[in-house]
Amino acid sequence: MKMSAKKALAGVCMLALLAGATAARADVTIALGIPATGGQIAALGAQAKLGAETAVAAINAKGGINGEKIDLQIADDQCDPKNAVSAANQVVSRGIKFVLGHLCSGASIAASDVYNDEGVLMLTASATAPDLTERGHPLVFRANGRDDQQGSVGGKFIAEKFKDKRIAIVDDKQVYGQGLAREAGKVLAAAGIKPVYVGTINAGERDYSALVSRLKDEKVDVVYFGGYHTELGLIVRQARQAGLDTRFIGADGIAANEFWSVAGEGGAGTLFTFSADAKDKPSAQEAYAELKKGGEPDNFAFYYYAAAQTLAKAIADAGKDPEKVAEKLKSESFDTIVGTFRFDAKGDLVDPEYVVFEWRDGKYAPTKL
Amino acid sequence: MAYFVDQFVNGLTLGAVYGLIAIGYTMVYGIIGMINFAHGELFMIGAFISLIVLLLLAQLGVASVPVAILITLVLSAAFTALWGYVVERIAYRPLRGAMRLAPLISAIGMSILLQSFVQLVQGAGQKSLAPMITGRVVVGELDGQPVEIAVVRIVIIAVTLVLMTAFSLFVARTSFGRAQRACEQDQKMAKLLGINVDRVISLTFVSGAVLAAVAGLLYTVYYGSIDFFIGFLAGLKAFTAAVLGGIGSLPGAMLGGLLIGLIEVFWAGYATAEYKDVAVFAILVLVLLFRPTGLLGRAVVEKV
Repeated sequence: MKMSAKKALAGVCMLALLAGATAARADVTIALGIPATGGQIAALGAQAKLGAETAVAAINAKGGINGEKIDLQIADDQCDPKNAVSAANQVVSRGIKFVLGHLCSGASIAASDVYNDEGVLMLTASATAPDLTERGHPLVFRANGRDDQQGSVGGKFIAEKFKDKRIAIVDDKQVYGQGLAREAGKVLAAAGIKPVYVGTINAGERDYSALVSRLKDEKVDVVYFGGYHTELGLIVRQARQAGLDTRFIGADGIAANEFWSVAGEGGAGTLFTFSADAKDKPSAQEAYAELKKGGEPDNFAFYYYAAAQTLAKAIADAGKDPEKVAEKLKSESFDTIVGTFRFDAKGDLVDPEYVVFEWRDGKYAPTKL
Repeated sequence: MAYFVDQFVNGLTLGAVYGLIAIGYTMVYGIIGMINFAHGELFMIGAFISLIVLLLLAQLGVASVPVAILITLVLSAAFTALWGYVVERIAYRPLRGAMRLAPLISAIGMSILLQSFVQLVQGAGQKSLAPMITGRVVVGELDGQPVEIAVVRIVIIAVTLVLMTAFSLFVARTSFGRAQRACEQDQKMAKLLGINVDRVISLTFVSGAVLAAVAGLLYTVYYGSIDFFIGFLAGLKAFTAAVLGGIGSLPGAMLGGLLIGLIEVFWAGYATAEYKDVAVFAILVLVLLFRPTGLLGRAVVEKV
């Protein structure tokens, strides 16, 4: 069964090659920038490929884009910025105008420079580094949350659930943590909540007792923390030792088992934002059934499916000119299997969906608060 | 006021650890006039051995925390002492009598070697230990609020005080202490009088390593998170403490350690955590400018 499918695929490829120029003109070619080879990360690439291919198959089965079939071509970047540049150059030399990906932040940033120069539109569904869309490239889009957008989700959560508590904001002065804390602070300020303490720590240190005493002195109930699990684990440990039962809220940097092994039982109740699991969404069930045929899909598969849907819809509405497609992406909203996508002027997803998780007994699960 | 007391205890805890490490620096300097830059790494090795022993004991079902810590203390001190002896034997003794710079460079090489060794055999990631000593005791009342101190802090400060006292007595009262002070004053004369100088120097390294191992254990139990690089900054701070107190002076190292701990914590507590290392090292610069021999150091008379 598998064998014959492969043979059929090979046959199709041969035909496509023979058909050559004529076929390319009639189809909409989209490149998929992923690490197709190269170590562990290739497993994530396979997920993205599964998602994008399943979506393209579904769209083509329904008649493609205004009658034209989508032709998906893999651009292998091995998750490496250098390889991403050569992969991007190949995409450009093949005359492809639309790219899904790249998967990794570093590779996406490197490739986006090439695409920007050559007028190619790219839409990633996994690169989280804020820098990708911060450099003013008009054709770069992202269908997933940015590192710093989680901050506003965390801030909103505090504003809703801990409105009358004494709030503090602490960050580690690094790009990720600072971005989180800044966004959380903005949301709190908009909600009229003034933190009783705003401070920073030095990442990589061990002794945070001065901070803990400060939080104790200010009688802080809830701390929004922008940073990683290494530092928060130590802070929580030292806080519990000092008899401080403040609740901490962080972001996906806290989703690591080492947090629990340093913080110990005192880590219970610590909250953090993390991407929602697409598997549980009613809107994704039909696609889930299709995706499962290619193995158990994770969030990457679902989000690349949704990105392919979005791109196809935008091309269908605006035609094959990348600039027009970009305008379309920025001006409309797109229904996908994981929810509705809207993009802001930078090309970032508006209100990406995050869920608040809670640590308990060495594991984390969506919070019941 | 409660805040002040809280921060003061924080500073004492941190300073106790620095002080224990600083003694190793100051004693080695006192006897052979060399900064043992690999000393911070001995502290790191002590921390790793402590962690390994504690995890092993937990596997073996030793449930009593004081027993586990006592066994770890002995084993960690013994193994780290062995490391201290070996380091001196292979990296410094062959260079005795060589130009002053040679053992210093050898020390830096040793420091890199030990760091890389631990990184290779233990991995670069953080190793963690769940909190062992929990609980607090109320020590009094201030402004109507109870002042609490974590038991683990009391343990750290008490262990350090006991060790420092014992060690000072050891150097002041025993025959080894006398031999050690004799070698410090005049090695050639001491040798003429029948003192085995090499043995005394070895023992000095060993005792410094024992104190570093204890510091490593306290650090592991308190912070519960170590990696191969912790010796660098802790060593640098302890070295600063030794210089601040007057390098070569035993009480100076203890005082310097406490001061550095307090400066660091008070700076972070009342100013900003951002520049606390800057504050510490700025004070080092100032002390060296206005009091080159440190707070308790004696002016060295150049022997002609």
